[in-house]
Amino acid sequence: MRREGSPFTGVSAVFMKEYADHIGSARMRVLEWLVVLTGIGAVALSIRDFKGLVESDRFLFLKLFSYATESIPVSFLFFVSFLVPLMAIGLGFDAVNSEFNRRTMSRILAQPIYRDALLLGKFLAGLATLSTGLVALWLIVIGAGLFTMGVPPSGEEVARALAFLVATIAYAGVWLAVAILFSVIFRSAATSALCALGLWLFLTLIWPQLLVPMVVQLFVPPDPVAVQFGQPSAAQLEWAMGLSRLSPFTLFSEAATAVLQPSTFTLGVVFLSQLQGMLRGTALPLGQSLLIAWPQFTALIAAVIVLFAMTYVVFQRQEVRA
Amino acid sequence: MTDTVIEARGLRKDYGATAAVAGIDLDIKRGEIYGLLGPNGAGKTTTILMALGLTEPTGGTVSVLGHDPVRDPLAVKRRVGYLPDAVGFYDNMTARQNVRYTLRLAGMARAETERRIIDAMARVRLSDVIDKRVGTYSRGMRQRLGIAEIIAKDAEIAILDEPTSGLDPQATFELLDLIRHLKAEGVAVLLSSHLLDRVQSICDRVALFSRGIIALEGTVRELGQKVLGAGHAAHVEASGVDVEAKLRAVPGVQKVEKDERGWRLISDHDVMAEVAQTIVQGGGRLQRLAIAEPSLEAIYARYFEEHRDAA
Repeated sequence: MRREGSPFTGVSAVFMKEYADHIGSARMRVLEWLVVLTGIGAVALSIRDFKGLVESDRFLFLKLFSYATESIPVSFLFFVSFLVPLMAIGLGFDAVNSEFNRRTMSRILAQPIYRDALLLGKFLAGLATLSTGLVALWLIVIGAGLFTMGVPPSGEEVARALAFLVATIAYAGVWLAVAILFSVIFRSAATSALCALGLWLFLTLIWPQLLVPMVVQLFVPPDPVAVQFGQPSAAQLEWAMGLSRLSPFTLFSEAATAVLQPSTFTLGVVFLSQLQGMLRGTALPLGQSLLIAWPQFTALIAAVIVLFAMTYVVFQRQEVRA
Repeated sequence: MTDTVIEARGLRKDYGATAAVAGIDLDIKRGEIYGLLGPNGAGKTTTILMALGLTEPTGGTVSVLGHDPVRDPLAVKRRVGYLPDAVGFYDNMTARQNVRYTLRLAGMARAETERRIIDAMARVRLSDVIDKRVGTYSRGMRQRLGIAEIIAKDAEIAILDEPTSGLDPQATFELLDLIRHLKAEGVAVLLSSHLLDRVQSICDRVALFSRGIIALEGTVRELGQKVLGAGHAAHVEASGVDVEAKLRAVPGVQKVEKDERGWRLISDHDVMAEVAQTIVQGGGRLQRLAIAEPSLEAIYARYFEEHRDAA
C-alpha cells in the first residue's frame, strides 16, 4: 500500500525548533566551554613544543591537530575522538523518548507530518548543533595557530584540515544516530543515556583493546615462523585490523590519521619488502591521502544510514499512546 | 459534500489475542458533538487513534472527510485537530511558541500563523498569558491551550480525548463552553470521556463502549428509553390530594414510583398536560412537574448491571 504525501513535509519545522532548542540549552553551554578549552589547550600545548623545533616542516600547521608529546600523550585528535561521541550522545539520548515523557508525541504526530520527518529533523538538528561546535573548534585551532606561529597554512593544509573536519562530523553523526536509536528503544532517558555510553565505552576501549586481540588469539591460527620471532602472523594482523574496524572509533582515527599526516601511505598491514625503494618521510599528495581514507569515510557514513534505518523501523512500530 | 465526516465500518484493532476494538460502526455528522463513553480500556482511545491514522486498524475501514487515514494520513491530519488525553506541551517554550510550532508543522504560512495564534488565544481567553512559559500554566489552561491549537489550525473535526479529566468544576465548565462554541462554528466534535454527567450536557449523540464494542448508540434520551424502559419519564411534586391514585388514573401512565421528593412516572406518550389538569382539578397543589431527562449515569449503571453476566 502506497502512502500519499512527501516524507519530508515538516522536516524544516522540526529542524528549526530542535536546533533552536539545542542552541539555547544548557548542554550547548557545556559544549561551548569544552570547545573553547580544547582548542586553547591543543594549541597551547603544541606551540610550546613547536618553538623548539628547528627543522622546518612542510605540514607544521597540520601538526596542531595530531601533535602529542612524550609527557602529555594526548593529541588534539585523540581528545576530539573522545569528546565528540560524548557530545553527540549528550545531544541525542533523549531525542524521542522525551517527547513521550512530556506527552507531546501524540500532539506532534497528529499534525500532518510523517514520523520520518520527526526523526530526520531531530537528527539533522543535532548534527547541525555538533557541526556548529566543531566548526567553531576548528576555527579556534586554525586562528590561534595563525596568531601564535605567524605562519599561514598552505592551501593543501587547509584542504586536509577541512577533510579532517568532515570526518569528525561524520563520526559525530554515527554517535548521534546511536543515541537517537536508543532514545527510540528506551522510554527512560537515563536508560538510553547509559546504554549509549556503555556502547561507546565498549566500541572505543573494550572491543579494540581487549576483545579483538583475544578473539584473534583464539580463532586465527598462528604462523609457526612468526611465533619463533614472537610476532603475530600476517593473517592475525589482518584479522585484528578488520575486526577493530567494526568500531567507529578505529575508523575515525584511521581516516583522521590519513588526512592529517601526509606521510601515511597505508592503513593496512605492510611487509618490510614492500617498503623497499620507498622514499622515507615523503608526503603523499592530497588526492592519494583521501583515497586511503575513503573506505573509512564511506564506512562511517554507511553506519549513519544503517543506524538511521534501524531507528526508523523501531519508531514506526511503536504505539503512539504512552 | 456529504454530511458524514467520520465513517467507520467494522473497525477493529487486535493487540495480540485481545481485541481492543472489536468491530464498530460509527457515523459522525458535521456540526455535532459525539461522545464516546465507557470505562477505561473499553477501546475509546484506540478508536480515536485509528481515526487519526496514528494506529493501523487490524480490520474494517474508516474514512475521515473522505480520506483513508491509513493511506493518506497527511490529508486527514491537516483537517483534524486532536487534543490527547493528558496533553503535553513544551514547558520551556511560551504558549505562542508552542502553537507556532504546531502550525509550522501543519505547513501554514508564516504571516497567517501569527494572526491565527492571536485570534485563537483570545478565543480561549489566554491572551494575557500568551507569552508566558507553558510550564507556569494550570491544568485547565493547558487544556484550553490545546483547544486554541485546534482553533488556530482551523480544523473541521476536533477530536478530544478525555478533555475534562482532572479539571475542577470551574475549568470544566469553561472547557465545555469552548466545545459548544466549536460546534456552533460547524466543527464536528468527537470526544471521549468516562465522566458521564459532565458530558451528558453537551453531547448530541453518544456511543456507549463496552469491551471493544459499541453497546448502545443514540441520543441520551433514546438510550434512556432503551435501557431504563420505553416511554416518557416525568417527575411530579404535588400535595393536598392522593397524588399516586390520581396519577395512576391518567390514561397512558404505565408506572408510578414514589421517591424522596415526589413521584416518578412513566407513560407511553407525553401526558404532562393531563397530569397537571388531573391534580389541579382534584384540588391538589402542583408544586413541580418536569420531564425527567434520563441520567447517563443511571443508563450506564443499569446497562452494565444487566450485561455483566452476558459479557
